[in-house]
This record gives sequence, C-alpha cells and structure tokens, in this order.
Amino acid sequence: MSERSGLELALSLALTKDEYERIVATLGREPNKTELAMYAAMWSEHCSYKSSKVYLKTLPTEGEHIVMGPGENAGVVDVGDGLVAVFKLESHNHPSAVEPVQGAATGVGGIVRDVLATGARPIALLDPLRFGEPDTWRNRRLLGGVVSGISQYGNSIGIPTIGGEVKFDPTYAGNPLVNVMCIGITTRERIQHATASGEGNVGLLLGAKTGRDGIGGVSVLASRPFDAEAEAKRPSVQVGDPFEEKILIEACLELIDRGLLVGLGDLGGAGLSCAVSETASRGNVGMEVDLDAVPLREADMEPFEILTSESQERMFAIVDPEHVDEAVEVCRRWGVPAVPVARVSRGSMLTIRHRGALVASVPARSLADEGPVYERPASRPDWIDVLRKGDPLALPAPDDLGEVLRKVLSSPNIASKEWVWSQYDYLVQHNTFAGPGGDAAVIRLEGTSRGIAVSTDGNGRYGQLDPRLGAMHAVAEAARNVACTGARPLAVTNCLNFGNPERADVMWQFAEAVAGMGEACRAFDTPVTGGNVSFYNETDGESIHPTPIVGMLGILEDASKRVDIAFKSEGDVVVMLGETFPELGGSEYAWTVHRHLGGTPPEVDLEREKALQELLAALADDMLIASAHDCSEGGLAVALAECAIEGGIGATIESVVERDEAHVWLFSESGARAVVTCAQKDLAKLRKRAGDLPITVLGTVGGDALAIEGVLSVPVDDLIQASEHIAAPRP
Amino acid sequence: MRIGVVQFPGSNDERDAAWALQQLGADAELLWHGEADLRGVDAVVLPGGFSYGDYLRCGAIARFSPVMTKVVPFATDGGLVLGICNGFQVLCEAGLLPGALVRNAGLAFVCDAVDVVVEDVESSFLARAEIGDVLTIPIKHGEGRYVADPATLEQMEADGRIVVRYCMPDGSVTPEANPNGATGNIAGVRNEAGNVFGMMPHPEHAVDAEVGIGSADGAVILGSLIDALVGAEA
Repeated sequence: MSERSGLELALSLALTKDEYERIVATLGREPNKTELAMYAAMWSEHCSYKSSKVYLKTLPTEGEHIVMGPGENAGVVDVGDGLVAVFKLESHNHPSAVEPVQGAATGVGGIVRDVLATGARPIALLDPLRFGEPDTWRNRRLLGGVVSGISQYGNSIGIPTIGGEVKFDPTYAGNPLVNVMCIGITTRERIQHATASGEGNVGLLLGAKTGRDGIGGVSVLASRPFDAEAEAKRPSVQVGDPFEEKILIEACLELIDRGLLVGLGDLGGAGLSCAVSETASRGNVGMEVDLDAVPLREADMEPFEILTSESQERMFAIVDPEHVDEAVEVCRRWGVPAVPVARVSRGSMLTIRHRGALVASVPARSLADEGPVYERPASRPDWIDVLRKGDPLALPAPDDLGEVLRKVLSSPNIASKEWVWSQYDYLVQHNTFAGPGGDAAVIRLEGTSRGIAVSTDGNGRYGQLDPRLGAMHAVAEAARNVACTGARPLAVTNCLNFGNPERADVMWQFAEAVAGMGEACRAFDTPVTGGNVSFYNETDGESIHPTPIVGMLGILEDASKRVDIAFKSEGDVVVMLGETFPELGGSEYAWTVHRHLGGTPPEVDLEREKALQELLAALADDMLIASAHDCSEGGLAVALAECAIEGGIGATIESVVERDEAHVWLFSESGARAVVTCAQKDLAKLRKRAGDLPITVLGTVGGDALAIEGVLSVPVDDLIQASEHIAAPRP
Repeated sequence: MRIGVVQFPGSNDERDAAWALQQLGADAELLWHGEADLRGVDAVVLPGGFSYGDYLRCGAIARFSPVMTKVVPFATDGGLVLGICNGFQVLCEAGLLPGALVRNAGLAFVCDAVDVVVEDVESSFLARAEIGDVLTIPIKHGEGRYVADPATLEQMEADGRIVVRYCMPDGSVTPEANPNGATGNIAGVRNEAGNVFGMMPHPEHAVDAEVGIGSADGAVILGSLIDALVGAEA
C-alpha cells in the first residue's frame, strides 16, 4: 500500500502519525491493512495503557500475601490453607452507554473470563455503577438496562452477584460508569498463566464462533472521546450469550482439573490479536496462526476482522500436542467447540496465514509489550481553585433536621438499592455469608473456617474537588467497609475512570489520583494487584468527575465472628469510633439539600484509618461488638439510620454539639470513623481496646425511633419509607 | 441410599443441591444429562439454573436430553423426583406435572426470601411438615409464575395436589405475598401419585442458616425426601 493510504488508514483506525511511523520502523517496511488493524487494536489506550503506564508503575504491587500482581489476567492473593483468591475490576463504560443491556452483560462476561484464565472458579461478582440522576427518561433507561444486563448474564452463568454500588450524579449523565469486579478461588497448584511455551505446542481456540461483532471495540469505543455520534457506534458493541459462557467456564475448569493446559488466556479487547500476541510475548516464543481454522459466523470475513473481532465467550488454550485429543473431547462433552488455530514456534514472530497467503508477520512483543508510552502534559487547572473556594460550612443551617435526614436518606445515592440487587442471584454456590446491602459482602471459603470480605468504593465528587484525596478516600472507605465485618484488608484492585487523557487537566487529575491511591495502599499494606484504566469518559468535551474505584479484598480468619451493620438488642451502647470534624465539602448533605459541590473533601488521616481497621478487626475477634457500620456518605445521621433500619430498632442519641452546629455534626463525612454497638458490660473493654483512638459514647439502642435529643426524632418506619422510596425503572 | 442430581449444560444449582443433600446425610451424586442412565439412584433431583440457556422456553430443550428418557419412566414407575426452579420447569415441559411457569408478573428476575405455607403433607416431600407450617425459603427466578387451565387447577385443588403457596409470615395467602403473580399463589405442586414434586423456591439454599437468607427450613423438604428413601430401605 502507498504511504499516503497507509497513513490515512492508520488515522482512521485511531492511530496517530507518530504511531504509524513507529510501526514502519518496527517492521522495517510499511504494514499491510491486517497488520495495521492489529496494531490499532493493541496500541489503543484500552489495551496498551500508553497514557497511564508511567503512573501505574508507581503503585505498590508487592506484599506478603501477593502471589501474582499486575501483568497477568488478574491479581492473586494467598488466603490460607493453600487457597488463593483471584480478583479484578474492569470497566465497560462506553459499550453500556451505547447499548446498556448488552454492554453491561458483556462487561460481566469479560471480567469472568479474566478470572477464569488464572485457573480459578469464579465465585462472586460486584458491580460499581454510576449514572446521571434518575430524573430523566434516558438515565432511567440506562440504569434499568444495565441492571437488567447484569441480572440476565450474571444469573445465567451461576455466579452470585454479592455487592457493588449504584450512585448518581449529573456528571455521569452522558457517560455512565459500568465497572464489574469478579473474584475467583483456586489452589496455588492450579494457577494458570497466559503464557505460550514449548515449540510445537498447539493453540486451541475454545468457545463461540468468531463474528463481525465488536470490531474496533477497544479503539473506536473505549479509546476515543464520547460524543453525540456515539449511538451510531452500536455495531461496535458485542452481544453476549451467557449459556456459551457457562459451558465455557465448566469446560475450562475441567481442562485444568485434568492438567491438560500449558497456558490459558481469554479473548477480550482486541480479540485474537491480543490472545496470540500476549501469550507469545510472555513466553518469548513465536506463533503461527491459521485463520482458515477459526470457526466463523460469516464465511467471507476478512483477516483483519477475524483478528480484531471481539466476539464474546472465547478462550485461548496452549496445549501439548499429546493432549489435544483429550482436550478437544472434554470440550465436546460440554458442547464447547475447540479448534487448533495456532502452533507455538521458535523465534518471536507472529506469522498469520489466510487462504494460503501470509497476511501478517510481526514481532509478538511489538504488539503486546512495545507499544507507545506517553508522558502526556499534565497541569493543575485553574477551575479547581474556584470550586474549592465554595465553602459548604457557610451554607444556611436547616431548621428541621428530621426532614433533612429523610431527604438525605431518600436521595438516590443513599436510598436502599434493594430493587437493584433483588434482581441478582446472590445465593448460588451456597457460600454467601453476607450479600448485598451491608458495608462489605462476605463469602465463605468452603472447607475452612475463613471468609473473604469484599467492598467496592469511590466518590467522584471528592475526586473533582481534590483527586488525590478522592483516591485516598476510595481506598480508605473500601478498607473500612471490609474492616467493619471484622476482616483484615489484604489487597486492592482498581478501575480508574477518568476523562480525556489528551487534556492536561485530566492528566493532572489522573496523576494526583494514582499518587493518592499509592500512598493509601502503602499505608494500609494493601498492594494493588491489577485493575483497569478507563479514559475518554467524557461527553461533548465535558469530562466526568475523576472516579477511581477501589475493590478491596479482606480476610476473616474466623468467619463465625463476622459482624454486620444492624442494631441488635435494646440497651446496647452506641459508640462512635474516631472523631467528627466540620467537613461538609463534597458531602451528600451539601448536594442533596443545597445542590452544592465545593470546598475541599474531608482530610484523610491514614495512620488513624489503619488504627481503626485494626481496632475493628480486634473488636470482632474478641466478640466485643454487636454491630459495626462505616460512617461515610451521609455522615453519622445516615449511618445511625441505616443501623436502625437494618435492625428494625431505634436508638436514643445524646447530641454532643450546640443546636446550630448539629447539622454539621450529623452530616459531616470525616474519615476514619465507624459506629459500633456493644453490650453495656463490654464498654470498658472496648475503651481499653481502643487505646489512643478517640471514641465517644453516643447513646443506647432501643425504642421505635431514631431520637437525637434536642435535634430530631424519626420513627424507624419512616426511615425505612424514606430509604425505599425509589421505584425500579422499567427498562 | 443414593440421590442423583441431574447436571444439564447451564444448570447452576446442581452442586448446591448435592451439597445440601450431603449436609443432611444423603449420598448425592451428579448425573450427566447426556447419558441415558440413572446409575441406579433411588431418587432424582432436577436442579435450578438455565438448562441449555433456557433459550426457546425454560426447560423446553432439557426435556429432550438423553437422561430424561430415563427420568420419565422412573417417575411413572413411582420413583421420587424433585424439580427445583428450572427443574420444576423441566418437569412441566416433560408432562410429569401439569401447568407451566411463565414470566414473572413484575417482568424482572427476583431473588428474595419468601414464606410458603404447607397445604399438603401426603407426599414424600413434606412428611416432616404439618399442614399450615410456614417455611422460609429463597426464590430466584425470572420465569416462575405458575399457570394452568381452570379445569386442571380445579382438579388439583380437589386432589390436594397444591403443596405449597406463597404466604405472609402468619401463613395467610394474600396477593401481597405473591412474588411473581402465580395463579393462586402456587409455589409448588405434585402429581397425583405423590412421587413427583416441583417447586420454584430453592430448599437447597435453605439448609444452613449461617449462609444465604439465614433459614434452614429447606431441610424440611430435602429431609422428608431422605426419610422416605431411608424408610423404603428399612
């Protein structure tokens, strides 16, 4: 092809002129159309992390429990007794904005295959979701569609959806966030690597036929600004088939059980191009690929289409030639097509043939690991100073705080999400100790006394006011949620949802957030095992609030000692662990009551957060507390209300501040706090245990109202009503 | 005494059912859908899930699988067969139970703890219960609304073959207690002989109060099944 047309094609595939020239330099010649399509997919922001790499490598990734960190399909941590937990969080934002049901469904399918590729049985899903406020038809359609997609796909593949969050802010109206976290369990010995090795070994393509769906998913949808023409990109969204996924999971697990695999990878973004180049690159080998062997939905597909199709429900297995027949037979029994399409070769080249002709010949490493790396310009924007000047403490104090509590409780962010999670099967696999609705979900590790606790968190408003603090809060809140069950936080996965990295202010937000996340993870000794970066979350030039989401995994040594949020018994003492400061910046109160977003988010005291986590675990272990609830969005008032709602019993609380400061005390979102209850007789022990961490006795559990003396009194039934006022939107 | 739990492609609760039966002291094993062989088991459980993706219609493809060519005569000869959720749908499709399960009235999948009241203890599946007992057991389905033609319903009522109905905690059968719009709040029915029972709620997800919804009431049903087999052996 001529240089002009080659470059034009490259540009149309979202490559830059520099990147095109880099490909020419790598190959020592001009790439053909097929090769160009492979580079465009693999060097897309989504696959190559080209704008984020320089920052991500500053995150702590090593620790005592870490078995496998970033770079593989998913992070792996040791959870004792030879068992390991595999977990990862990933985004499917743009596909879900264009086609909510299929976008969300295939988001679930994709992350499940990542976990499966490590050799683990997927045991749980969590979905952190962000939408525009549910007061427009479009936002409600997106919300209903996404929930329905997760429900249809997740339920059908027999993996419980045990948690997540659903939050709303106008910033996500054009660009909702659909992140999905999957957790798997396996043993150390069964861990698989997405690595090809052994000349002559066979690459088997398992699962669904390859079609024209999802071509350009990573480059066209995921790695470009999102605009009014996005709807026209619907053909770039893949369509999921949960039944195919279910039998693919079972077939892969049996292949691993029988020890038939040398390596295992999934086909996600960039499809076959990604699977063959990554496995070959990691194994320092070459690979010969025969596209004529790939089962196709449409016979006339071109090589570039076969190589970049993102058809769902496919895996790529490297198998010793001796085991190919047995592997194919295992798959056949499950009804999963398994076809040899590649052969591991000496050297480092991918050579790809189609109808007898060589259609691509490129170094595997150049696709998978030698893509461009950018240090994009980053600078602190002036607008943030304007935003931070707005002081929410200067807002007028409301008169009727009972009414304010009802209002905050019924805000879409705080209100009960039961209508969402009641559409998810959270029971299948019979190990759900604590499903959705609490601080963290808890799953039994079958055959042991242990459980794992998981939570996802992230607050975009904090991020908008201060991206560094926002990320630190995300880590701290997730850790606190896990600790409230009595678990010890172990490790983190993340999904970093940001705007357009070609904008200096967005890059600054990103750099700040990664720095904050690293600092918090180091302080808590919870390394980052992997995750995902989602850029270009913007609509018509308007970026979303920086929204780093953290998935935290913790361990409960004795799961029978787990704690939940519900008030238990009349007469129990209500105690605040930690201290409340006048911090309303970015709070739910400021937004719900005053439509105000300004000031600075609450400060983060990492040392105190760590002390609180340790205290919560110790109190649970000593069985000194009857309930524990993280105090964050909505502040103390909402935390108390939620404990009362869950327990079906009220409490009487003594106000510790002057009446005109009560709203600040009740709705401040200071970090490092939790509300716990204990029996009267255990209070002295609790005090002793708390050591230097300040604690305050707030009152006692009992009655049928939440009564804060001299401030408000709301019957528990009214609290429930306020919290449940949101009805499910019809998709 | 062995109980076989059929594994269709797309079954999700087969390991859960086998686990629950084992917790209650039974020998439970998986039976592969593709083999026309019940391996000499003493009772069969058709588990929950989405057999063959539940494409076309729930249970419509599963009823044609090789294992069903043995399950049907086993049931006709008086063998004990329990269908849970998708298994109930398969039993209806196979003609072993009357009626059908259609899309929930609310159009959405529902996962929740529900109460059901026991109205029949004649079969081998509720021997541990008494009429009027209220059991708390979870449901999780998108297509669980039981329907049947009026004549069939009337006959079933007359025969006392409606085994459990969705109810309020006090046992009263009200529209409010109906999670899916099922005709007459029907949650589970049996055949005339009393050896085939299908229900939408999942007893296997309510045998250990430590997990899930915190109820062990499902053990009443699975335990009754085990008792019947032990009694037959004695």
